[in-house]
Amino acid sequence: MKADVQERPEVAGAAHAGSDREIGDVVLSVENVSLAFGGVKAISDVSFDIRKGEIRAIIGPNGAGKTSMLNVINGFYHPNQGTITFKGRKRSVMRPYIAASQGISRTFQNLALFKGMSTLDNIMAGRALKMRRGLLWQALHWGPALSEEIKHREAVEKIIDFLEIQHIRKAPVGKLPYGLQKRVELGRALAMEPELLLLDEPMAGMNLEEKKDMSRYILTVNDQLGTTVALIEHDMGVVMDISDRVVVLEYGRKIADGTPDEVQRDQRVIDAYLGISH
Amino acid sequence: MVVFGQFLEVLIGGLLAGVLYSLVALGFVLIFKASGVFNFAQGAMVLLAGLALVRSLDFMVARGIPTWAAIVLALMFAAVVMAITAALIQKFVLGPLVNQDGLSLFMATIGITFVIEGAGQMIFGSDVYPLRLFPTDAWFVLGGIFDGGLLVSKIDVWGGLIAGALVAVLAIFFQRTKTGRALRAVADDHAAAESVGIPITWIWFVVWLVAGLVALTAATVWGTKLGVQFSIVFLALKALPVLIIGGFTSVPGAIVGGLIVGAGEKIAEVYLGQLIGGGIEYWFAYVLALAVLLVRPQGLFGERIIERI
Repeated sequence: MKADVQERPEVAGAAHAGSDREIGDVVLSVENVSLAFGGVKAISDVSFDIRKGEIRAIIGPNGAGKTSMLNVINGFYHPNQGTITFKGRKRSVMRPYIAASQGISRTFQNLALFKGMSTLDNIMAGRALKMRRGLLWQALHWGPALSEEIKHREAVEKIIDFLEIQHIRKAPVGKLPYGLQKRVELGRALAMEPELLLLDEPMAGMNLEEKKDMSRYILTVNDQLGTTVALIEHDMGVVMDISDRVVVLEYGRKIADGTPDEVQRDQRVIDAYLGISH
Repeated sequence: MVVFGQFLEVLIGGLLAGVLYSLVALGFVLIFKASGVFNFAQGAMVLLAGLALVRSLDFMVARGIPTWAAIVLALMFAAVVMAITAALIQKFVLGPLVNQDGLSLFMATIGITFVIEGAGQMIFGSDVYPLRLFPTDAWFVLGGIFDGGLLVSKIDVWGGLIAGALVAVLAIFFQRTKTGRALRAVADDHAAAESVGIPITWIWFVVWLVAGLVALTAATVWGTKLGVQFSIVFLALKALPVLIIGGFTSVPGAIVGGLIVGAGEKIAEVYLGQLIGGGIEYWFAYVLALAVLLVRPQGLFGERIIERI
């Protein structure tokens, strides 16, 4: 389970634990959610909750239903059974753009960027919901629309500075290396100023250095902005270091839920990852 | 000097005629840029817009409404017809096809073509309707330099001005507005666009509406030049070589492509036509497009290789 302890990136875990951020009430709860594609059961009767201000990890072997779970939360998939309650509002059928307007933003496992657009435009697209001025003003690029554009541009520049991607501001993202694309995608999600940030394998395919940076960004966002984070990640070292609570899925079922320490000691989790000896 | 004068006259005529191809090509580019769909129905939309415009105009003029007011009202009526068309296409054709393959969407637009052609002519009639929005006579310019001056058709000049204005408006719309950014975003990635709060169904409606309004603009010029009639649909196919030459994803490409095709086919007709017996105008554009495909498949201004057709 902790075999990769030696090579795991050093993150600011200690600082994180010592900070005075507060874990609040439940902001999102998943109740008895089941999802099937034809005969294939992706998720069976899973319940868990996410508390305000925490970093919640969803882990499990490949095909456990982790990404399906995120897709249900953000409305790409509609559960066959069960409900999702976000900020006290219960819903069964959700559309992704409505989820976005309620404060849920996300990144994707296999990157979903606007490849033909620049880094700047990609992140600006994340501000889509926040821009209010009418089309005519925008087209004229004048008056209230101009000051609005400038305001949003400032917010975007802050994100660009934070993620240290100033040098690729104007570059079309399709041409950037993978690690940077992941960063741009995080930037776009942050531009929405979400209450709940869903990250699907934010560190997949990254080297140690990049993982370290990404962990730092996630912790800072959580710490400074109080953004609630739910993430899927395969690097156990990172998961155990940065998350407050971990839910473990296997074959679409929940097999464990608790703090990193509790989960690590759970026999079912160890079996799921290492296999049972017969 | 006479030879040069003749060449200049052919060139100017060709360039201005090319602008008309550009007007139709623009509609194709818009939808392709914003949804990755090659919209076969653009020609039919020009026909529908033209029919709605000319028939409502005739109707109002016949009832004694002053011409200028009738023109404004008819343009508004035609715009509303295009908006309704966009809404219906979005609701009944594209809506159910979200996240489907580009080829399926392309096939659907072929179906849309036939429905629009049929419904349009059923409602508005299928004769040739003359439209007179712009002057159709000609100027003779530079009479001092060239014997008798150069003939420049006024309607072609109007077409050029309108196309220029349209390109400026579209460029601003795409580059500077939130909606323009959203359109480009949807074209790149459906899922990502939805996840940042862009409603795809609404965006597709906007795209088809804008394409419909571009079709209406093209119809005012084409209709004045040729009369509003069914053959406009086929003329719109000339936009294909224009797109291949200019690039499917580029607004300026549609304009430059149109100019090249327009000027190229007129010059070829006049200077090569004599050698091989004429009729070059009808196929020259396609040969030109073929040559461009061999050398530069994405077109002169295209962003990338076209994957969907």
